[in-house]
Amino acid sequence: MTATSKATAAIVGSGNIGTDLLYKLQRSASIEPRWMIGVDPASEGLARATALGLESSADGVDWLLAQDEQPDLVFEATSAYVHRANAPRYAERGIQAIDLTPAALGPAVVPAVNLDEHREAPNVSLITCGGQATIPMVAAVSRVTEVAYAEIVASVASPSAGPGTRNNIDEFTRATSRGIEVIGGARRGKAIIILNPAEPPMFMQDTIFCAIPEDADREAIAASIHKMADDVAAYVPGYRLRTDPQFDDPNPMSGGMARVAVFIEVEGGGDFLPPYSGNLDIMTAAATAVGEGFAVRILADRTPAAS
Amino acid sequence: MTALSAFPAAKAYSDDLDIRITDSSLRDGSHAKRHQFTAEHVRSIVGALDDAGVPVIEVTHGDGLGGSSFNYGFSHTPEQELIKEAVKTATRARIAFLMLPGLGIQDDIREAAGNGASICRIATHCTEADISIQHFGLARELGLETVGFLMMSHSQPPEMLAQQARIMADAGCQCVYVVDSAGALIMEQTGDRIAALVAELGNDAQVGFHGHENLGLGVANSVIAVRNGAQQIDGSTRRFGAGAGNTPVEAFVAVAEKLGIRTGVDTLKVIDAAEDVVRPVMDDECLLDRLSLTMGYAGVYSSFLKHADRQAKRYGVSGAEILIEAGRRKLVGGQEDQLIDIAVSLAEKNSTLAGKN
Repeated sequence: MTATSKATAAIVGSGNIGTDLLYKLQRSASIEPRWMIGVDPASEGLARATALGLESSADGVDWLLAQDEQPDLVFEATSAYVHRANAPRYAERGIQAIDLTPAALGPAVVPAVNLDEHREAPNVSLITCGGQATIPMVAAVSRVTEVAYAEIVASVASPSAGPGTRNNIDEFTRATSRGIEVIGGARRGKAIIILNPAEPPMFMQDTIFCAIPEDADREAIAASIHKMADDVAAYVPGYRLRTDPQFDDPNPMSGGMARVAVFIEVEGGGDFLPPYSGNLDIMTAAATAVGEGFAVRILADRTPAAS
Repeated sequence: MTALSAFPAAKAYSDDLDIRITDSSLRDGSHAKRHQFTAEHVRSIVGALDDAGVPVIEVTHGDGLGGSSFNYGFSHTPEQELIKEAVKTATRARIAFLMLPGLGIQDDIREAAGNGASICRIATHCTEADISIQHFGLARELGLETVGFLMMSHSQPPEMLAQQARIMADAGCQCVYVVDSAGALIMEQTGDRIAALVAELGNDAQVGFHGHENLGLGVANSVIAVRNGAQQIDGSTRRFGAGAGNTPVEAFVAVAEKLGIRTGVDTLKVIDAAEDVVRPVMDDECLLDRLSLTMGYAGVYSSFLKHADRQAKRYGVSGAEILIEAGRRKLVGGQEDQLIDIAVSLAEKNSTLAGKN
């Protein structure tokens, strides 16, 4: 029964992100997580997956790809380096890959903004946590008025920033800036990330500044921002505006530009990771939303057209 | 035999200098100037400080390379142009720049090096040193001298700071600074932190101190730092910096001379430079007034001062309350955006209260 009513999925990478994703996929109406792949037999993520009835292996992707039955979808939660090696092998077998690493091989996807454009893509990238949280707001402004420049500040709790982010923080700023331009629709983008060690840890907080024309329709912009916040909250329940959008007229320190500032907070769902890890939660929630978008197409293809 | 020998922990910087001074007027002063420095400002200040024998002059947007932004304020003149101007003007002084990983990127370091700056100073919050490893690696590869900044050093005990200093030194940092970003350290607290870094780093890297005046202790803290083994000291001429300003270079040089600590800076010339050259560039004196004292008292990042002041006026709320709340939320350097959020919530709270009356 499940074989036809749900798309099957493998999670590759049994660390924190992979494990949190597992809990989200288990609740999905259209995806069945069937395999959990790691490289460390002692991995807690593998043990949890086994206990939840998945087939788990510590023998890496080689094991997964040697199975008779192959997944419809693979969620990659390893590292950019590993994903670059794995991606061509998924593609050869026709497995659609949803990439949670910073490898950025396929088109970047933010579910609330451009999922429909990429439902057929063999490989999609989820950019960065900061990108998932902020790009929707840039898009919300740029669909109303011209955005010559957009800048985002992502503040995350120190304990939720893993070695991947820390060892290559420039990758975060570059990938996010690019996403602000390509998906957000700003002519120029800039991203800033701040790690805050406060105890108890803070929720992820993001500020989005967009340059707007002085005579832009501020009411329409504010309405678009509120609408977008609801659209993201539909798949990231802890995503919310902290205050109404704030509009400022040009001044010397604003580079002569009028601007709107949007303040976001992301509380994690607490599936596996603690609630302060909103930055990680938004990645696994977005991955689930993308996977479900793909599943709709996969299941439609599977259904005989005549019936 | 120098006057330092009375203090067993003290270490001379070189045969000729007991300590090396870095002037940050053209970097930390950028905050006080709301990032509106021009090439002419740079020419005049670098010219005067170079003539007085200040060995290192730092020039960058107040928040480091790439700081020109909505969040921190846009620069009047691109910082790389200002760096070029400084390099062109200096005859003896070396030009340094600051960068914060997460804001600036490695390409910014390459560009500053290409423009002739020779000292790369990399700053992180004092618990997050591991985000600077790539950047130190690149700076050394480019042949730059390196300095590491552990910002908000008052917020962590000496042994924690020493661990973070070790991460920077292992990454290629040649001098790790205890940076009192909030101007909140008091005398022995400075000495203990410097001593912990010196003990951890040994001969692997030097130790420096960067002080602010928010509790009026910049010079005193710097002297204690030197006695505990700091070999590099930061200041800003005429205190031209964030918060109540930085350790005043001219006062520190005068005190050092009286104590027999060799800085290589001409005391009378730098006193003149402060009055005749730096002061005219400043919009206002950096004062130990209500807001800046509140920052030292509450342990708040000094660069928040002008932003808190602006948001207080914009939303009709108390600047001191914004800063106290920033301290309560344990904001770190770079989170200027949160000051807007705080101001908005204070304004909402005030209007709710007014509605009840």
